[in-house]
Amino acid sequence: MSQNSHPTPLLYFVIVMCLFVGTVVTYKAATIDMGIWNPIVALAIACTKAVLVVLFFMHVRYSDKLTKVTVVAGFFWLMILITLSLSDYIGRGFQVAP
Amino acid sequence: MEQQKGASTFGMWVFLLTELMMFGGLFASYLIYRLKFYAAWEAGSSSIDVHWGFINTLVLIGSSFTMAMAVWAAQKGDKNKQVMFLIGTMILGAAFLGIKGIEYKAKYDECHIPGHIIGKAFNASGGCMADGKVTGDIAKEFMEHQAEIHKPVPEAFAKQTADQTQIFFSFYFAMTGLHAFHMVIGLGLLGWLTLRASRGEFSGQYFTPVELGGLYWHFVDIVWIFLFPLLYLINRTHG
Repeated sequence: MSQNSHPTPLLYFVIVMCLFVGTVVTYKAATIDMGIWNPIVALAIACTKAVLVVLFFMHVRYSDKLTKVTVVAGFFWLMILITLSLSDYIGRGFQVAP
Repeated sequence: MEQQKGASTFGMWVFLLTELMMFGGLFASYLIYRLKFYAAWEAGSSSIDVHWGFINTLVLIGSSFTMAMAVWAAQKGDKNKQVMFLIGTMILGAAFLGIKGIEYKAKYDECHIPGHIIGKAFNASGGCMADGKVTGDIAKEFMEHQAEIHKPVPEAFAKQTADQTQIFFSFYFAMTGLHAFHMVIGLGLLGWLTLRASRGEFSGQYFTPVELGGLYWHFVDIVWIFLFPLLYLINRTHG
């Protein structure tokens, strides 16, 4: 098993503090009007938090290559789902409900 | 043992990816309907109490921390700490579900449960009464909000938007409901793990079940990390 080092309780604590801060920032950012950037910022923060959880809490950072490839493949598959479904609807000339 | 642990971890990840695709389907259709009915999404999101959602997010992230600590303690072979952290995770998970119950009850009181399946029929245009006064009037709130930040909208449009929030709430209950269902299963798994841990079954040599249980719990946490901004924070730019 390839190991850079083992995660320590201190590291877990740092990560959870980052996650808490990220949650507060998400909430505060939602109260500021940034137009089109609001959902982008919200999702960017959510993705960052998810990456932290996957890498450190789920130990993917310390895992073998098979696990890492599997995780990346899974998210890639999800992107196919979202992208192709969306492009179908957008390509139809999406009308906002009258 | 290493090979077995590698195989178990791989298998668990493949399972989690099937779960990701299941939630992914809901997220994709949420996205498509959000683009089509944005006003209704905004109106519906504004009527959910963001404070409970915020607290729940912190609770669940905290439970991920205690879960990670439980895996660490299992690896160390420290029986007492394992059990302590597993029970801590369960308590936080139960707190999350309790707060969810409070939120669902609030939606029930405001007649925002879609259709007419459970008691009160869906009504977001001022026809819902609770404690003798009108509640859950999304049409009215939408009109006030639009007049405040944008420009006034006709009442007919506000009423139509309020009706369309039924779709939003269908997504709200489907996505948070499926998530809560996963939490309940997770609590069951944690209970089983706690029992095994209290019998001293885990050590540095063998702690795979705790690790895999941790993977499941963190996955459920990640789903919520995305649900919170997408459902609760669509437009919170009130004055």
